[in-house]
Amino acid sequence: MHPFSYTRAAGTRQALDAGRAGGRYIAGGTTLVDLMRETVERPRTLVDISALPLREITVTRRGGLRIGALVRMSEAVAHRGVRALYPVISQALELSASAQLRNMATIGGNIMQRTRCAYFRDVSAACNKREPGSGCAALHGVNRTHAILGTSDACVATHPSDVAVAFTALEATVHLLGPDGERTVPFTDFLLRPGNTPDREHALRKGELIAAVELPALPRPLKSGYLKVRDRQSYEFALTSAAVALHISGGVIREARVAAGGVGTVPWKLPAVERQLIGQRPSHALWTRAAQRAADGARPLQHNRFKVELLKRTVERQLRVVGGGK
Amino acid sequence: MPSRRTFIATTAAGGAVVAGGLVAGPSVFGAEPADAAGAPPDSRVSLTVNGERHTVTVDNRTSLLDLLREHLDLTGSKKGCNAGACGACTVLVDGRRVNSCLTLAIRLEGAEVTTIEGLAEGDRLHPLQQAFIDHDAFQCGYCTAGQIMSGVGCIDEGRTGSPEEIREFMSGNVCRCGCYVNIVRAVEQTARGK
Repeated sequence: MHPFSYTRAAGTRQALDAGRAGGRYIAGGTTLVDLMRETVERPRTLVDISALPLREITVTRRGGLRIGALVRMSEAVAHRGVRALYPVISQALELSASAQLRNMATIGGNIMQRTRCAYFRDVSAACNKREPGSGCAALHGVNRTHAILGTSDACVATHPSDVAVAFTALEATVHLLGPDGERTVPFTDFLLRPGNTPDREHALRKGELIAAVELPALPRPLKSGYLKVRDRQSYEFALTSAAVALHISGGVIREARVAAGGVGTVPWKLPAVERQLIGQRPSHALWTRAAQRAADGARPLQHNRFKVELLKRTVERQLRVVGGGK
Repeated sequence: MPSRRTFIATTAAGGAVVAGGLVAGPSVFGAEPADAAGAPPDSRVSLTVNGERHTVTVDNRTSLLDLLREHLDLTGSKKGCNAGACGACTVLVDGRRVNSCLTLAIRLEGAEVTTIEGLAEGDRLHPLQQAFIDHDAFQCGYCTAGQIMSGVGCIDEGRTGSPEEIREFMSGNVCRCGCYVNIVRAVEQTARGK
């Protein structure tokens, strides 16, 4: 690990000033400390933001839920409002990491966590994300766990978060704090596809902080849930995953929110699947038909061709679990 | 594997094993933060470990695990992966189980840390320590301190409703000897006796 200086921000203003001066924010630190030890991350200055007042979960005026960036994963899981209103969120969180890591990691840090691509984490390998212009060792390397959607010739790394998949499905909003005040970004615009600049991963401007993630009020009753498929039963990243939320009224699907994880360079929204569902009556045939569109546009690599079929089956199964039907 | 350059930069800055000939000059450190004498930045932190207050000045890079093992001589917490993947370093910070290897010590101002050494009351073992003995829940013992501290957290969190639930909520602790069946029994027994 490279040496670094350390400041503890007493308040938001102090944090933003330190961030603008080039400091790197640290919250739970579970990804950052790990990557600093691997010398993938080499911050000169760490700005500890854990004392900032961003630790509340509140109901918004519109009837949604606002989760502060510094709320720990385990706190969000335990929150009654989260569990009752958005099971897809609490399930995605509880299927992530380990109990110890969930006690440390925050919501803001979770969506900022960096890819698990082994070449990104190995400073001796070529990686355009870590070292722009050095190439992508995964493209023709061992790429079984890599992305099939949203990839480019520069990068095929997946975004590893589970809860970000649920945020994508629900069409959450990210609240940002910066020197010029607060602004909001749709969650689906917050994380960036790699294109030719895989080192640019998010919409944060220099010195900006994530303040909260806001979940929209959705028509009720809303059924939702998260399915994660992985190489072992627990404490593992997703090969594929599906976040599904359905509003069914009068026997007809009125709202459908579906996204997939483990397959995209960013959490992958599935509008083609959603369109198949709207206005239809729940049935097993419908789930099968809609899920056929889950891998639209997929570009599999040498070792991850299996993800195309696995993704369709993952989405189909979770549509069935959430939507029921015969 | 770290490159040679990375190895030199990070090891030399650690201070303990600087071989003069390896340090090629200022370019190795570049503009890395360091004081005029070349010492890496350090910070002072006061925290309570097993009820005892400590004030220490440590290199900013020091993990809680290294603080415990190398500075406070509490070697019960083990270093397995040093990356948050194995759980051998699990301790309680302010009552919550965490990976001490991923916790920077200097961030723990005012925190209360409990390690395996702080679990027994005098000569009376904590019920989960006793249950690990009763159920023969370890072989080599390397993961055991972490398993027990994680088990204490698991019981506190109320995640012991079934063997399946215990397995899920203990999944952050790996046992290469494969004592899982008996570990789950020990946690289950202790939770029921609570």
